[in-house]
Amino acid sequence: MDDFYRENILDHYRNPRNHGHLDAPTATAEGVNPLCGDELRVELDVDEGIVRDVRFNGRGCAISQAAASMISDVVKGKTVDEVAALGRDDVLEELGIPLTPIRLKCALLSVSVLKVALGRTPGEDREIQWRSE
Amino acid sequence: MAVEVRTPLDAAKVKLDFPILGKPVYGKPLVYLDSANSAQKPRAVIDRISEVYESGYANVHRGVYHLGVVATDAYEGARDKVAAFLNAPSRREVVFTRQATEALNLVAYAYGRAHVGPGDHIVTTELEHHSNLVPWWYLAQSTGASIHYLRITEQGELDPESLEALAHLEEVKIVAVAEVSNALGTLNDVSALARWAHDRGAVLVVDGAQAAPHRPVDVQALGCDFYAISGHKMCGPGAGALWGRAELLEQMQPFLTGGEMISSVSLERTTWNEIPWKFEAGTPAIAECIGLGAAVDYLQSVGMEAIEAHEQMLVRYGHDLLGSIPGVTLFGPPPERRAGILTFNVADIHPHDVAQVLDADAICVRAGHHCAQPVVDHFGVAATTRASVYLYNTTADLDRLAEGIERVKRTFGV
Repeated sequence: MDDFYRENILDHYRNPRNHGHLDAPTATAEGVNPLCGDELRVELDVDEGIVRDVRFNGRGCAISQAAASMISDVVKGKTVDEVAALGRDDVLEELGIPLTPIRLKCALLSVSVLKVALGRTPGEDREIQWRSE
Repeated sequence: MAVEVRTPLDAAKVKLDFPILGKPVYGKPLVYLDSANSAQKPRAVIDRISEVYESGYANVHRGVYHLGVVATDAYEGARDKVAAFLNAPSRREVVFTRQATEALNLVAYAYGRAHVGPGDHIVTTELEHHSNLVPWWYLAQSTGASIHYLRITEQGELDPESLEALAHLEEVKIVAVAEVSNALGTLNDVSALARWAHDRGAVLVVDGAQAAPHRPVDVQALGCDFYAISGHKMCGPGAGALWGRAELLEQMQPFLTGGEMISSVSLERTTWNEIPWKFEAGTPAIAECIGLGAAVDYLQSVGMEAIEAHEQMLVRYGHDLLGSIPGVTLFGPPPERRAGILTFNVADIHPHDVAQVLDADAICVRAGHHCAQPVVDHFGVAATTRASVYLYNTTADLDRLAEGIERVKRTFGV
């Protein structure tokens, strides 16, 4: 079990990177996993097709929040297309542990919210509820 | 209200009847505390189902040949067992379904659509499992009727004031309530609600999915008009049943149509079969229904009063044990007024994470909203963790749960 909740996951859960708000985001989205109540909101600063800055905030299980923190560092500097191409394999690589389908949904929430913010379809995440602005 | 039995249930012995409970998970003894979700099956039920397929299987109600007679006798014999289990006045009032969800939908469609319209009222509660909430909400949406929800108190019991607030309603047609809440273990006074409903000319529909596996049920004493059960929650396979008053079932239109539920068919007209077969279209889940009968036999051999008393003992034990762990918040009524369900949170750790850590110790609990989102919303939390006990659980299982919760706290530094 100490394997599952490794130090890096607990660290990202307790000290999430890129947490908070942007002053003038160019794109935002919110997603909720109705199965368990995980919530994430993402704010992006996209300039000339590149993600310059990102902030996440939300509440939920350790996996959903840690995955958001980990992915937030990954997307900075990437093109919109590169971010839209992120998927389960990228999230699993960041987390470093295998996940059952139920927990995978928690992990993918961050990736899905990013895609929705960028105007792309989230893909695999039929059960996520979307609130876009 | 304590139930006294002369011979308390020997849970360690009962556990031996359940093959899956003897199989370690991750090399550790399994601690199954999720029977409210679905129950494990005893050898007697597993063997009965295999026996059907190995030596007693054919389609029912049609065969002239020997196997057809054997299968039909077993299938209809299972119906008799379920009728006796619920103390139904007649076997004609027991309809086999997949589970309580299908039974409740059957009532919503075959009774509700014919009796409910604009200006009518449906009353249910915010405590319900989605299967006894959504069908009524959908019925109201589809027919233009209004739906009202009885509220719960901070202890998770139905608030009598919210019933009072609805006393003025005329044209109440359906009242729907669970006998036992799956989310909190609350015990509802079904008989009182039956009187309230009947005073207003409404029918009372009871979701018995969480009650029938765990305590004696007498639909006549309860005074309800419909009662739904799920076999999979009572040590049976995927078959369930709807009990309904004969006079209601007789006037209802069918739910699903097709073979078996007809009396005669021509291109010009079709006449329906008699009850209960009017509501059993197509080839039934034959082995599953027979398995449900075997589950009834098994539970009755242990004794429903003994099961109820055993669970009361466990829930008091568990409530004290968990309540004494710093950081644990328990939801729902006090232990003497609840069924064998313990719903809790551990500090602000998300229930998914709680359940994940417990899984590493081979402890099975449920995390989330337990198909009762309004209940979880009522307490202002995103989700809760739920441990539930049954005839095969022991105080040792609850001790392991408590140890697991301490591990959860250590993992998250709480």
